[in-house]
Amino acid sequence: MNNITEFIARNRYSHMIILALLLAVVLPLSMDIFRLNLVGKYLTYAFVALGLVLCWGYGGILSLGQGVFFGLGGYCMAMFLKLEASSPENTQIQSTPGIPDFMDWNQITELPWFWEPFHSFGFTLVAVLVVPALFAFIIAVAMFKRRVGGVYFAIITQAIAAILTILIIGQQGYTGGVNGITDLRTLNGWDIRTDSAKYVLYYVNVVLLFACIFIAGFVVKSKLGRLLVAMREREDRVRFSGYDVSNFKIFVFCLAAMISAIGGAMFTLQVGFMSPSFVGIVPSIEMVIFCALGGRLSILGAVYGTLLVNFAKTSFSESFPELWLFAMGALFIGVVMAFPNGLAGIYQTYIEPRLISKKKGYEKEDPKKKDDNPALANPEEEKTHA
Amino acid sequence: MFAEYTASELTSIFAMQGFAGLILFSVFVLMALGLAIIFGQMGVINMAHGEFMILGAYVTYLVSHLFADYMPESLYNSYFLIAMVLAFFVAGALGAFVEWAMIRHLYKRPLDTLLATWGLSLIMQQTYRTVFGAREVGVVLPDWLMGSVQLTDMIEIPINGIFVMILTVVITIGVAIMMQRSRLGKQTRAVVQNRPMAAAVGINTEKVDRLTFALGCGIAGIAGSAFTMIGSTGPTSGQLYIVDTFLVVVFGGAASLLGTVASAFTISQAQSTMEFFLSGSMAKVLTLLTVVGILMLRPEGLFTLKIRR
Repeated sequence: MNNITEFIARNRYSHMIILALLLAVVLPLSMDIFRLNLVGKYLTYAFVALGLVLCWGYGGILSLGQGVFFGLGGYCMAMFLKLEASSPENTQIQSTPGIPDFMDWNQITELPWFWEPFHSFGFTLVAVLVVPALFAFIIAVAMFKRRVGGVYFAIITQAIAAILTILIIGQQGYTGGVNGITDLRTLNGWDIRTDSAKYVLYYVNVVLLFACIFIAGFVVKSKLGRLLVAMREREDRVRFSGYDVSNFKIFVFCLAAMISAIGGAMFTLQVGFMSPSFVGIVPSIEMVIFCALGGRLSILGAVYGTLLVNFAKTSFSESFPELWLFAMGALFIGVVMAFPNGLAGIYQTYIEPRLISKKKGYEKEDPKKKDDNPALANPEEEKTHA
Repeated sequence: MFAEYTASELTSIFAMQGFAGLILFSVFVLMALGLAIIFGQMGVINMAHGEFMILGAYVTYLVSHLFADYMPESLYNSYFLIAMVLAFFVAGALGAFVEWAMIRHLYKRPLDTLLATWGLSLIMQQTYRTVFGAREVGVVLPDWLMGSVQLTDMIEIPINGIFVMILTVVITIGVAIMMQRSRLGKQTRAVVQNRPMAAAVGINTEKVDRLTFALGCGIAGIAGSAFTMIGSTGPTSGQLYIVDTFLVVVFGGAASLLGTVASAFTISQAQSTMEFFLSGSMAKVLTLLTVVGILMLRPEGLFTLKIRR
């Protein structure tokens, strides 16, 4: 038994394998499709939390507007699906057949130009990645080249989230307004609402999540990751060493935006709609707590943090809705005041040392070690929540 | 877009919208004053600032009910003054407690302060919802605040609006004098400019921090109290204004009171004038976009204090 726990704690990939087994085998076998679809929805938020680990945990850039990128990715996908769902045959009863129903309700008679390219699936896939990245790039260049950072950046990203939400709700005819883009049916003729489609999409989601985990792990382990940490701690010194600090920040912010956008697109596919309630200030800041609970320096912790908070949210709001905001508020305060490194920090400090009988070969700074996984501490807890 | 209006109509429109802008300006200034002290002077991000404001509004609501139920009718007209003072002290006391329990441990981690105070704001919101219910509540205005002044045929100005504006001017001048002249104001500025030296000349910096934070929260309480004059209060009303308020403070140059007032004026006037010609949401989007755009070009804001850090 000792050997097994020691192996788990020391082996580089063991934590990742445990997470993979949990997501790909344990959860699908132990849940019905409704619950599994819910897990799939939570996992799309994990993409955002993963992006935040990179740009907040490692880069020290706290963005309170990650919902913007999640939303942009989701809206790109939703626009494609909506166009497919509103073919002329399906929308014969409208006064203008062939355009989405909410446009018809708002007396718009022609498809707006920015909707046109979303007839093509290829273009949509590219747009899901490029549109949010481009948007992030514009924000990041404007801010970081002028050395705006810290709380100012947080406030401005929050303002951007507010602006985009107001814009989407206000331009009802072009965006579907407060209801968002709903009633999505098929992806290239394949019905996404059936149970089998939900299973397929869940696994696609898990695979994409792991792809992003590998990318994030690669970035963190590379020289770039070291520079990000250095930059977070002493920006001036990195600058004096001859590095252009702003370019690293721009890169990591755009990468985080792209990862969030993938999550948004998968959200649209699995849940079947996209609305401004996932773009605004409140969801954006909630996504920060997913990351903070899991541990802002832990890539796998972000996934566990997201799952735990969302399971808690679902079970709380089912039984004691009025307690949920208290619990959420206490979570924000508690994590920040008592456990700045989240669950991963607790695991590293209290649990991992017990798994390893000898300290030999334990490198504190090895990023892989930071990716440790709180599931070992409570593997049962997640299942009971489900 | 101006073609369909005559010249006198346009003047009236601008006067009325300008006045609506002035009321919005008063709300912004009152909210931003507290934040300018907490964020501008201390560098603490208090996301629960809106909730402190709402606390003041609920205190006013309670006091007005107490007066209506237990006091002679003749006294009802003066409830507002008492409510305002009470709102200041209740919000200030809670602010001092929050500083002691939470903020003081986080001065070195501004981003974490932001998250912790957001958590606080969630808890406060839910408390209001549990205590006062989810519906918005309003107060009955005393007689002397009802009605409006007819300036010309087309221009009409509500008295409660005028009252809120006068209140704003008085409070702003009071805060300015206090920051410039009083002992606490001088100590606060000394601590902000150079903490070790301020401590070295015998200023109790921790006490100054606590009093400054309490003062900022107290002013938010007054703002909430004034807010009941022109609108109703719900558990989440504070959240609606928090981003606007932060932008006002940042846009004005965080450490400058004059800048805060100037930027509150610019933003509120731009928004209310545009609101008449565009839809409300587009006016807001354009205003916020302009502010964010200007902040990208000039991150330090309109007015800056040159101090050595």
